[in-house]
Amino acid sequence: MSTSAMGQRAGWWFVLPALALITGFYFLPVAGSLLLSLTDFDIYAIASPDNARFVGFGNYIALLHNPVFWTAVRNTFYFALVGGPLTVVVSLAAALLVNARLVRFKGFFRTIYFVPFVTTLVAVAIVWRYLYHPQYGLLNYVLGWVGIGPIDWLGNPRWAMPAIILMAVWKNFGYHMLIFIAGLQTIPSELYEAAELDGAGPLQRFRHVTLPQLAPTFLFVGVITMIGYFQLFSEPYVMTGGGPLRATTSLVLLMYEEGFRWWRLGVAAAVAFILFVIILAWTLVQFRLQKEQA
Amino acid sequence: MRAPLAQRLLLYALLLLGAVIAILPMVWMVSASLMPAGAANSYPPRLFPETVTFEHYRALFTRLNLGRYLLNSTFIAVVVTTISLLINSMAGYAFAKLRFRGRDRVFRLLSMGLVIPVQVSMLPLFLLMRELGLINTYWGVIIPSMASIFGIFLVRQYAFSIPDDLLDAARVDGAGELRIYLSIVLPVIRPILATLAIWTFLSTWNDFMWPLIVLSDDSMFTLPVALANLSGERVQDTELMMAGAVLTVLPVMLVFLVLQRYYVEGITLGSVKG
Repeated sequence: MSTSAMGQRAGWWFVLPALALITGFYFLPVAGSLLLSLTDFDIYAIASPDNARFVGFGNYIALLHNPVFWTAVRNTFYFALVGGPLTVVVSLAAALLVNARLVRFKGFFRTIYFVPFVTTLVAVAIVWRYLYHPQYGLLNYVLGWVGIGPIDWLGNPRWAMPAIILMAVWKNFGYHMLIFIAGLQTIPSELYEAAELDGAGPLQRFRHVTLPQLAPTFLFVGVITMIGYFQLFSEPYVMTGGGPLRATTSLVLLMYEEGFRWWRLGVAAAVAFILFVIILAWTLVQFRLQKEQA
Repeated sequence: MRAPLAQRLLLYALLLLGAVIAILPMVWMVSASLMPAGAANSYPPRLFPETVTFEHYRALFTRLNLGRYLLNSTFIAVVVTTISLLINSMAGYAFAKLRFRGRDRVFRLLSMGLVIPVQVSMLPLFLLMRELGLINTYWGVIIPSMASIFGIFLVRQYAFSIPDDLLDAARVDGAGELRIYLSIVLPVIRPILATLAIWTFLSTWNDFMWPLIVLSDDSMFTLPVALANLSGERVQDTELMMAGAVLTVLPVMLVFLVLQRYYVEGITLGSVKG
């Protein structure tokens, strides 16, 4: 047998376990989800799948008439569209600070800033629930110094989502900061020197050198942030249970409740698929915008 | 040219402020976990305990079964890390360095999976696991994580740097592909394997939604699931909950702090050459 034929065979053997697992436990379930969303699969169907009937787009139509679904859509977009850009801006600011020429102990600050990202979300969500306590919480105490009156962060429908966003930014900025730092370090220093010779100040250098050079990094960070943020689940599950008054019920939380609390798997699958379409569309838009700018 | 002192001071002030914000919640968590019951709920809030007690840690282990959750989490994270490292590194290497028909098409298909939110797969996956009798078992949590597109992607990215000459020389010497993978490829890609191992361990340990769905029996819970469950029942016991949070976060924190050199450099790799 020739070596290239052997290479052929070996290549497939090497990828086979991964492909089999990912197909069987990921791609097929995703396809199954589409089928599931077209049925009225519920607790009786769990007992015996024969009880499930094909209902066409019934679940989708029912969702479109369900105010809770629209609340979840609104909340999910609120979280992603406010929290996403905020995370990116904070990450970039942190990266610029840590990466500044004048700064020593870069590694120390980088590590400290990265710590929130490696912590367990459920655990820190519980910690933050106490930090947000209207009476005894640290946050209200600090805000009290500057005369901002006690806010019932998680108990007030207006403040619950901002509170969750704030925690998410704190938890995630370190990771994106690392990616920005890596991006910053690929910018050739000659560009800065040339700009400086042309008389550009720090702000102009940032606008005309740093930002354009970071464009690919922005796209990467933007895409993964938004994909992640559209999947909001654990924070509201632990901190608010989706309340108060459904103000923090996200699409994934709705899917979880429909599917695993009320066992309406058909409806839940429809929610999941709508989320998929939203994420896919959003990702494509981001790539398109980037291309137009370039 | 030296920057003015004021500018440098401002820079460090901002950096320090950021550092305080980043770790203050952690500091408060540890400190509150050492306070006697009720002491964390006082006004003004205390940052450090007046008297230190370990009663909550004792209670967690003696009355609340925490040792069991710790064991569950450790077992699942270690098994997932070991198996997925093998499977992902073989696939990642093959996608980068072995030539076989349809390779690039398959890889493109695979990487499209990165934009599919994992929750979309969870409902049918639950039914599948039920058919297989894996609900409420360790394997029900482990199996879906044994291969990951991200892991394959990361290894592939790194494996491109293996010189073809090295592999061809071994082939000329008559080494089989498996032998080449074990004795040449694995040592060369060790840095990215370290990154991937830490990444997998941390994300498996921290994972919440799927274990929450697939594990129903209290004795099978992982730490995050147990903690979320406990926090629903004992919302008033601030200090006890903080002790639970400390024990959940501590293992991943130690892994990160000890091994961060391997971790931090590797995770940016996927972004630079995307």
